[in-house]
Amino acid sequence: MRRYSAFAIAREAARYHTGWERAWRSPEPKKEYDVIIVGAGGHGLATAFYLGKNYGITNVAIIEKGWLGGGNTGRNTTIIRSNYLQDPSAALYEKARSLYETMSQDLNYNVMFSPRGVIMLAQTEHEIRGYQRTAHANALQGVATQWIGPEKVKELCPIIELKGPRFPVLGGLWQPRGGTARHDAVAWGYARACSDMGMDIIQKCEVTGVTQANGQVTGIETSKGHIGCKKLGMVVAGHSSELANMAGFRLPMESVALQALVSEPIKPIMDVVIMANTVHGYLSQSDKGEMVIGGGTDAFNNYTQRGSFHHIEETVRALSETFPMISRLKMLRQWGGIVDVTGDRSPIIGKTPLGGCFINCGWGTGGFKAIPGSGWAFAETVAKGEPGELAAPFGMERFIEGRFIDESVAAGVAH
Amino acid sequence: MLLLTCPNCGIAAEETELGAGGEAHITRYGAGSSDDNFETYMFMRKNAKGVHFERWRHVNGCGKWFHAARCTMTLEVFGTYSAQTFEPPKDLIKKIKTKRPDWEGFVK
Repeated sequence: MRRYSAFAIAREAARYHTGWERAWRSPEPKKEYDVIIVGAGGHGLATAFYLGKNYGITNVAIIEKGWLGGGNTGRNTTIIRSNYLQDPSAALYEKARSLYETMSQDLNYNVMFSPRGVIMLAQTEHEIRGYQRTAHANALQGVATQWIGPEKVKELCPIIELKGPRFPVLGGLWQPRGGTARHDAVAWGYARACSDMGMDIIQKCEVTGVTQANGQVTGIETSKGHIGCKKLGMVVAGHSSELANMAGFRLPMESVALQALVSEPIKPIMDVVIMANTVHGYLSQSDKGEMVIGGGTDAFNNYTQRGSFHHIEETVRALSETFPMISRLKMLRQWGGIVDVTGDRSPIIGKTPLGGCFINCGWGTGGFKAIPGSGWAFAETVAKGEPGELAAPFGMERFIEGRFIDESVAAGVAH
Repeated sequence: MLLLTCPNCGIAAEETELGAGGEAHITRYGAGSSDDNFETYMFMRKNAKGVHFERWRHVNGCGKWFHAARCTMTLEVFGTYSAQTFEPPKDLIKKIKTKRPDWEGFVK
């Protein structure tokens, strides 16, 4: 792999950019691999990357039904934060956030991580108490957040309206090192690094079955034939239940549509990320100048990657009170992604009833921020056959034990 | 926007008038049941990609619960029926079978 650098740009400029190589190879699948990861989204690619980097396992294939990063990795609002209430979540998401800090250097690929700061607005008395509690919890967990008053919110985000009649701004939970990153670049950067380690990324290859013998996984059936493996990692977000069916077990999970939209590009007006959980909306400005708006999920099961219009309407209607200037913006694009929501709104990382088969799913409405931490923890689980410290609390046996990581209360819908 | 006809009051209601209640025909386990059964009842879901039987409530209408059969891949609604039943009506299953010949049928 040729490294990207200022020198490389100068070299290529001098020879009409004829020397750039493809970022990753597109090989045909081999007969067998040590590890197969199903799903070449952020989480799957990060898992493969850390399998190679941390454990030296490079005989790995990453199988993707569509194109690389074309699922929820390319459909989120790119927010990165780790201000969670429960200890296991805070540890995992803070690991991810800290890995984002050096990801561009680690991958030699600019993922445009921008730690511009995230405010979670408190717009009711209950939220004030909730976020103050989270700020105290974060102080104990070593996550740098603080409770700020409305004046500070206005200082950080001048376009905000503090005295809205329905949703006044009463303060916020401020994480200065939260922010955004370029979502596609995260997938592309990992893919390039994985390919460089000799891993095979196989796109447009749909998994149609999981083969097993004596309770151990032996491989997968795909649209490109049977591929054998010693270990299998499932990282397929919204389609986790489908894949689990093929492997013969069920998941405590439902798939629903989550939507987002962007406005026409405008001049820089907002250099922080704001989440308003009372009205189920979040807002930030992309580097292109578009206002990126995320909404809530539909309540019904859905695999169509499109959601109900009235949810978008609700989100924008409520946000335009807190950010009056967006009411004059034209919205350019709207899209949906299928998110896998578990009973306690926390992810599942761990072993499955099938031997040698591991699963990483259930990131629900907030997976992007967790990509590097999720990959780190899941790679450890796959490599050692047992979850490590970060992943252990997230095993799916927690549902039978009643040991929930209950973030649905802490983070509400925008999570 | 989904349109479902409430079998209780006969009104063709828009989605905003309704509340989604999740998978239908779940076997309920109470106190004294095994951990496995309780987990299945509380958390395990079919999450079918395709034909899905589900509970809805006509929240901003007659207020009553009913069941619907819907395709989660196309959002096509096959029909709605009373919630006072343990399984979908036979004619509805037949109708779905003709529209989705590959469908494995209703599995409890």
